[in-house]
Amino acid sequence: MTQVTERATRLRSQAVAGLSGFARTWLVFIGAVVVWEVATRLAESVFFPPPTEIVSTALQLWFSGPASQLFLSDVVFDHILPSLGRCLAGWAIAVILGVGLGTALGRSRTGMDYVGPLFAFFRAIPPPTLVPVFMVLFGLGPGMQVATIIFGAIWPVLLNTVDGVRAVDSVKVDTARSFRTPTPYWIGMVVLPAALPKIFAGLRLSLSISLILMVVSELIGSLNGIGHELISAQRAFEFPLMWTWIVLLGILGFGLNSLLLAAERRVLRWQPNRNNDG
Amino acid sequence: MPTMLEVTGLNHRYGSGDGAHVAVKDLSFSVDAGQLACIVGPSGCGKSTLLRCIAGLIPPTDGSVSLHGDAVNGVPDDLAVVFQDYSRSLFPWLTVARNVEFPLRWRKLGKQERAERAQEALDAVGLSGVGRKFPWQLSGGMQQRVSIARALASKPALLIMDEPFASVDAQTRFELEDLLRRVQREQRTTILLVTHDIDESVYLGDRVLVLSKSPATIVADLPVDLPADRDQIATRESAKFVALRGEVARLLQTVPAKQAAPEQQADEDVATADAAEWTATEEAATENAGSAKETSH
Amino acid sequence: MRSLYRNLVGLIGFFLLWEGAVRVGLVPELFVPPPSEVLATTVGLLGQEPFIRDVIATVLAWAIALLISVAIAVPAGLLLGSVPWLRNATRVIVEFLRPIPSVALIPLVLLVVGGGPEAKITLAVYAAVWPILFNTIYALSEIDPVLMDTARACGTSRGRMLTSVALPHAAPFVFTGVRMSAAIALILVVSTEYVAGAASGLGNFILEASSGGSNMDEVLAGTVVAGLIGYLINDGLERIGKRAFRWNEVAGEAAK
Repeated sequence: MTQVTERATRLRSQAVAGLSGFARTWLVFIGAVVVWEVATRLAESVFFPPPTEIVSTALQLWFSGPASQLFLSDVVFDHILPSLGRCLAGWAIAVILGVGLGTALGRSRTGMDYVGPLFAFFRAIPPPTLVPVFMVLFGLGPGMQVATIIFGAIWPVLLNTVDGVRAVDSVKVDTARSFRTPTPYWIGMVVLPAALPKIFAGLRLSLSISLILMVVSELIGSLNGIGHELISAQRAFEFPLMWTWIVLLGILGFGLNSLLLAAERRVLRWQPNRNNDG
Repeated sequence: MPTMLEVTGLNHRYGSGDGAHVAVKDLSFSVDAGQLACIVGPSGCGKSTLLRCIAGLIPPTDGSVSLHGDAVNGVPDDLAVVFQDYSRSLFPWLTVARNVEFPLRWRKLGKQERAERAQEALDAVGLSGVGRKFPWQLSGGMQQRVSIARALASKPALLIMDEPFASVDAQTRFELEDLLRRVQREQRTTILLVTHDIDESVYLGDRVLVLSKSPATIVADLPVDLPADRDQIATRESAKFVALRGEVARLLQTVPAKQAAPEQQADEDVATADAAEWTATEEAATENAGSAKETSH
Repeated sequence: MRSLYRNLVGLIGFFLLWEGAVRVGLVPELFVPPPSEVLATTVGLLGQEPFIRDVIATVLAWAIALLISVAIAVPAGLLLGSVPWLRNATRVIVEFLRPIPSVALIPLVLLVVGGGPEAKITLAVYAAVWPILFNTIYALSEIDPVLMDTARACGTSRGRMLTSVALPHAAPFVFTGVRMSAAIALILVVSTEYVAGAASGLGNFILEASSGGSNMDEVLAGTVVAGLIGYLINDGLERIGKRAFRWNEVAGEAAK
């Protein structure tokens, strides 16, 4: 009984602390926006419209659709969703390939000897330079963009997976062997969980690379998408419009990263030190 | 009692030629079903190599191991190992219950049955309520109990324990020793336990096998005729216990035993054990150097 | 020795596969020329002055950007890392600025600073500041309290604590951040050159070569050179890190 009350008190105090932290966070954020607003109004630069103008442009741009589309405008369906789809598809494929190949290479004793330098070189290539190659191979369109994203996003996942898989503790190897653990269980219940912290570090990096490459590939060769709209707005000197796209990309980056962090926190909750830093 | 484990003419060498390090030399013994046999030897004498050969984790250079009559060729089906380093042996990403269920995963058992067997094993080691915790939330002694439960859950014909209580504090160690003897008698498990602690080997064992320092050979095979019910205080005070531990200690000494009063004897034991450890670490170091050289070319 | 041999086998195997795929016709030769041709073009280009000038322009912009990033991020990181209230106050802004994909700012930067080398340097700095900043803050938060207490107990002053305890401890972490930033800065420099059509640079070279559509060997040669530069930068920094921080086993573990 006392335990229950204690727990409730603790939860409540945590909630209060969390709420005040949350409030402080947003206060600082709102303060920053106000400073931005005042500064831009004083500077009166055409390149830097005040945030209120950006927001009203954004509302007009994204939420002017009919009720049947939940008030989302066509822009959302023609540009934002395709962009996101390509970004996530490319990232997902890169993750599957990276973890799969990385596990195989990490388990093999000589595999990395053969491909290590090659991969180090591939990783060092700035992915946008391969856009022309993918463009002639896949044409202007989603194929080229997804290929660019995969090529850029796969290396952090793959190399981190190799590292993680290789670092499985020798006592755990012996333990699993002494139970005659069949390969699927060995990989699924020992090797991959042991490598997960490293893999997640790779996932975070590759997600931000995916977003960057989504934008780059759309800036260069695309008929739709956020990057395409961004560069069109700039060319048409519609600066508030350009800013709405920049802000949207910031929101997307923040949102996707937060989602991944939340997933990581859930999946890796078995790590002892993870519960201290919330 | 039928023979459970039979080790015949076991040899193990690391490396080859002049640089070869002989870890185990011409070792033969057998363990009856339901027996708790302790192997005691100075640290680094090749005990771990011996265990790894018996468990089938490494193939011996020479000689044979058989478990209930079947030759051991790779890790046998019904064997479990408890390692010294519980924090590295338990899987930190699995809850305690799932750790214990681990060896049952690929057996033909229903989910319900699997959970029940894991719970039984946890009950047996006195950890009924912690199934949903993660290993790091438990104390060291409790973690080692979890690994014992995990080994028991697979109902092994032979349970091998490699210095299982060397990493816990003295108080916990006594508790775990009594727990092990109780569980062993309840479940009639055959256990082969390796330790460098003379008292532990005598207190726990139905039998003590004394190993020489490296290369490991069997110096003596002593039956422990202490009563089956043992007590940390009374048993350790009994004349039989003191005599037995003295005998084992003398056997472990490399220099010929001198006539000495019991108290002085104890001090000397410590000194020799330390000396043995020194030479052993030295040898281990050269062994490492040798293997490092080997990998470089 | 054996692993070097395997390295070579892997590299040669890859080139043979590529060559074979093109020769057999799996990939149209017009689009993806065989490696023999790309290598010949690369060697040829490396002897041409305009190409060398492009390479120098790219590397120079990269180096300037990295220097500026270090000059901004290390002091900022030390400040934020040692003054908790300042770190808390700026956290939100940092957390909102960081995820903006740096390339999204390309159009804006082009407008504001023009298409010259300043544009690519500005963008590369924007992207490269974060890893150094975060690793510096992280390093300061990771200092062993016992170490600090010991120093304080010895009567070390605040300023000396920073230079004699905090900085040596933070150095390997900061260096890891610099390594990450170096790679990101190169990507940004080349991307900006490529997207914005700078006056000179590797990215610009690739853009011009690809606009004809028939010079794919030059495009790939440019890519190979860009990859080599990236590889050399990463390898060089890794070696420097290993030499400089031999005493620290966690060097390179501060990914954050």
